Formats: sequence, C-alpha cells, structure tokens
Amino acid sequence: MKPFSKINSIVTPFDKANVDTDQIIPKQFLKLITKSGFGKFLFYDWRFDHNGQPKGDFILNDPTYKDSKILITNENFGCGSSREHAVWALKDFGFSVIISPSFADIFYSNCFKNGVLPIILDIKNIKKLLEIRDEVELDLNSQKIIFGNEFINFEIDSHRKIRLLEGLDDIDLTLKEDQKIENFEKNSSIASIFE
Amino acid sequence: MTETLFEKIWNSHIVVEKENEPSLIYIDRHLVHEVTSPQAFDGLRVNHRKVRRPELTVATIDHNVPTTDRSLPMIDETSSTQIKTLEKNCKDFGIKLFGINDPNQGIVHVIGPQLGITLPGSTIVCGDSHTSTQGAFGAFAFGIGTSEVEHTLATQTLWLEKPKTFEILATGKRKNPFAVTSKDIILSIIKKIGTNGGTGHVLEYRGDAISDLSMEQRMTICNMSIEAGSRAGLIAPDEKTFDYINNREYTPKNYDDLVEDWKNNLMSDSNSKFDKRFTIDVEKIEPQVSWGTNPAMVSDVTDKIPTPEEFGQNNEIQIESAKKALAYMDLEPETLITEIPIDRVFIGSCTNARLEDLIDAATIVKGKVINSNVSAMVVPGSQMVKHEAEKLGLDKIFKDANFEWRESGCSMCLGMNPDILKPGERCASTSNRNFEGRQGSGGQTHLVSPVMAAAAAIAGHFVDVRDWS
Repeated sequence: MKPFSKINSIVTPFDKANVDTDQIIPKQFLKLITKSGFGKFLFYDWRFDHNGQPKGDFILNDPTYKDSKILITNENFGCGSSREHAVWALKDFGFSVIISPSFADIFYSNCFKNGVLPIILDIKNIKKLLEIRDEVELDLNSQKIIFGNEFINFEIDSHRKIRLLEGLDDIDLTLKEDQKIENFEKNSSIASIFE
Repeated sequence: MTETLFEKIWNSHIVVEKENEPSLIYIDRHLVHEVTSPQAFDGLRVNHRKVRRPELTVATIDHNVPTTDRSLPMIDETSSTQIKTLEKNCKDFGIKLFGINDPNQGIVHVIGPQLGITLPGSTIVCGDSHTSTQGAFGAFAFGIGTSEVEHTLATQTLWLEKPKTFEILATGKRKNPFAVTSKDIILSIIKKIGTNGGTGHVLEYRGDAISDLSMEQRMTICNMSIEAGSRAGLIAPDEKTFDYINNREYTPKNYDDLVEDWKNNLMSDSNSKFDKRFTIDVEKIEPQVSWGTNPAMVSDVTDKIPTPEEFGQNNEIQIESAKKALAYMDLEPETLITEIPIDRVFIGSCTNARLEDLIDAATIVKGKVINSNVSAMVVPGSQMVKHEAEKLGLDKIFKDANFEWRESGCSMCLGMNPDILKPGERCASTSNRNFEGRQGSGGQTHLVSPVMAAAAAIAGHFVDVRDWS
C-alpha cells in the first residue's frame, strides 16, 4: 500500500445521512474479480438516469469537484453490506479522505485497509467544512485540516495512523506474530470442521 | 470481576494484546462465498501465501446463483465467472466447497448452523454483514471486508478493537406468537434504537422473551443486528441451542464434553456491566411493516405512515431522510399501512427462509390463491431446507396458491442473480434491507415477517395477520 501523504484538495459537500453501501456501489457491479475499475460505477443509481446519462443535479457530476480527493458527508456513512467494493469505488473515483460525524463499523475498518482515511468530526465542524469552497490542506501527521488561517484537529487511533503513514501491509505485520499464533493453536480446543 | 458473554468469548480468543491498540483475535470458523472472496485469494497468490487453516474454512455459492433450473447454462457471464473463480480458488487452496449442485448448498448463514459448523463460544467470520445471524448460538460472529477475508485466510486471526457491550432486554410474552414473530421484535428494536444505535457495540439479547424463541427465530433477531449498526449480536446458549447442534453432519465428535463446557461458561455473569442497555416489552409489539428506505422506518400494521415531522421529531437530518424515503417509495404520509397495495412477494433470505419460516407462511397460504395482481416466490434458505419442506408437502401448498417454488440462494434479497424488482414494483419481502434499489433499481421494498408476506400475497395489500382466518 502506498504511504498516505499530505493532501491539498477542495472538499466535495455531500450532505446526506445513512448512505448505505448499496448506494455507494450497487450490487450489479459486485461481480468483478479484481479490485480496480469500480470508480465508474460509484453511486451509479444516483449519478446516472435509466438511460445511463449523468444526472445534472448530482454533486459528483458537477465539474467543480472533478479533482476533489475529500468527501464530506453526514451521519452513519457506509452502513449496510460489508462489501469492500464500496471503498474500492470511492478510492478509484479519486477520494482518499471521507469526513463524517459517524461511520458504520465495517466500512470504517475497510477504509484503512485501502489507504483511505475516514475522519470523524462533530456536526459543528462538519457544517463549517460544508461551506468551504477553497482548497484545504489535510495533514495526517499533525492530524489537522487547514484552511486559510484556521484549522480543525481530528482524532485517529495512533496504531492505524502509523499503518497509513507508512503504508504497512497488515498481513506482513501479523506474520511477525506467527509464534504466538502457533502457541495459541497448541492450547486451543477448537475442533477442525472436518474431523 | 464479572464478565459478559461477549467478554468471555473475546478473552478466550486473544492471541496478542497491547495497551490502547487493537488485539489479535483468533478465528475459529471462516465461511467464504463467491462475491467477497476473489480479490482475497488473488492477494494470497500475488504474495505466495497459503491458507493457514483450510480445515477451519468452508465455502459455498449463494449470492449469484440462479434459483431456477440449475441444469441449464447460466445466462449471466460475469456471475458465472465469479462462481468458477471460487471453484478454482477452493481447489487450489484446499478449501471444502458446497457447490451449486451440492445437497448442502445454501445461504452461507443458513448452512453454517444446519451443518453443525456454527458452535457456541466460537469466533466466526464471513465476508458478509449478516454473519451476525450465527450469534444466535452464543458465538461472536461478524461480517468482514475482503481485506479481512484475505487476512483471515493467511493468518486465521484478525486485528480488532474491542467493541463495547449493549444489553437488549426483551421482557413479557407475545400476545399472539404465531402472528407476532421474532422479525417483528427485531424491527421494533431497530425502530427504537435506530440504524446506528448499536454502532461500535456487540448486542446481547436477553430476557424471557428471547429464551421463549426457537433457534431459528433467534437467528432472525441476531441476523438484523447489523441493521442497528452492530457488527455482531448474540444470545447465550441453552438447551435449545445444544439440541439444535446435536447430530448435525459436522457436529464435533466430542459434542458431549463441549456441551458441559458451554453450560458452565457461556453466559453473562449476574450483575455484568454493559456499556449500554435497552429494554423492550414484547407484549406490546404488533406485526411490523417498513415504509421507508432503512430498517428503522417501520410502523405497526394498524398504524399509518408517519409524516416526516412525526418520524424525525425535531431532528432535521431524520426529517429530511424521511422526506426522501417517502418520495422514493412513492408513498404519502398518513396512508394506512393496510391500504398499501403490493405487486410482488419474496419469501426468502438469511433472515427468514428457514424451515419454520416456510411452515408458518404455508399455514397462511394453505387452500388459498394469491391475488391476481401479485406475483410471489418462495426461495428456501438452503437445499436442505428445500428438501425438508418438500417432505412436509409445503412446496405443493405454495405452488397450488400460485407461488413460485425455487432453488436456494440469496436471490431477491439483494438481486445479484436474475431475481430482481422492476422499477416501480412494490414488494413485501421477508429480507433485511429496504435500501433504495436493493432488490432492483427503482424497486420499492417493505420488510415484513413470513406470515405477513404470505397474507399480503393473498390479499394484494398488507393485512393484520392477527385477524387472518
């Protein structure tokens, strides 16, 4: 995974609550067997009409936000299905940061596995960011979102932060604990399924 | 120090624990299906890794499979590719697969329990959010993303932050246990605590009203924990649990010893501390019908669709959500639930397609014919459920009433196979999610219990199944 670096980008304001992963990537696009190529299907039913034409009033079709890397949204983002395809689609479309007052658990965890940073902010700060039209600077290292002369601090688990900043592979890290896993297995009473 | 059931399972599965960091947790059972696994196997191949414990892993094909005649070639090439990919992956990595024509094929969360693979006190994962179903056996069972599928395949462990605990206490007795089902209990709970009420928490369902339920009814409750935002929900095992597991195809040989162990260890200690608590009296629960686009937008069958303001109660975000939901659902506030006409009925899914669900629905349907404006289908949760239902003659009851009787799979719960709603079609569904487009782009889903769905099929609109004769 590529290390997560500083981001300068405008913020795409997407003021919706309870956005579920069925909306982020509808099921008809879950049949690929690769991790790439999902961006064109992001929010498909909201972005395109029944003839496959872009809907003019949908925010992601607004050319202003074409190069935006930061999506700001409302509570309980990513609820529902565990499909990691939702994160692959957001990332492939260009988003590296999702900001929301709250995330669904599985989606939140899936983000970190793909170098996407989910940031939890309170409603007051969300409202502030929704109004900003200029570029902001997002610095994971100092945990700041900087705009003009102002900044907002955000919280993140230090363990997850290091993994993102260094682009570490989870499985490599776990395999360093191999001896402990083996010891656990020696003492575990769990039967194999096929005795 | 007292511990909750969840804490006991967690503590007995810690491989590595560090202060203020996620813990490395051992996984006892890993279930795999065709949609969320191809990229995980790909990752193993690229990094020359193998599956650490293939004997703790099983796979089946459920999301994409057609539910019509399976001897015919599959029309959808991409589905076919995904299925063939899983077949190859299982062969290459030595994983047992219950394939399309296997008598044990079925929805992954239905076959785990019915084969005796799901065990109390164990940790169970699957790349599917409804893995929570299996918490009904007193297991810590939860859905994971594809990266975590790969991690589990490679290491048989996962890094997890310890979730908080949430007690859901269900008291009282249902007034009409045939008509008011466990689906109505869980929908009532989600209506009250909201779609993110359980986020970051493991739910433990407790109380007499839970003990009263059969194992299959308990699975319906735990299944929908994720619709309240909880990755996992669980119920302490009891005699019903142990009886259910006994003599299944893959029940462990040391079952008797295990039962002793489970009896002694798998319960929350008295006076356990939960981080959150919620109590519901099931005596007051009526049959439920969802009217919106998330599973908290639910009304009693005797009620009307609320106005967005009634639903939102001064919360701007909720009011706005309700407005959008009603526009999508093409419904007016203040409409009586029983006046909503329907076009389709789907009895199926990991929520409500086990044998008891089909028996109850058939009781409603027997000797009647579905409304001429409605098309209806029954999709058993597994081939084993289908076979057992046929032994009881349920297929005949449904077919005589003009229901379609299908092969098992996820089917129209999420419409990855050809079973989908057309735009504007309105469906009474026994599934778990009424999200926009879930059952087909532009389709309108109402979540109900199997008996409510069956009665709606015959009437052509929702009816209070307590009045059914």
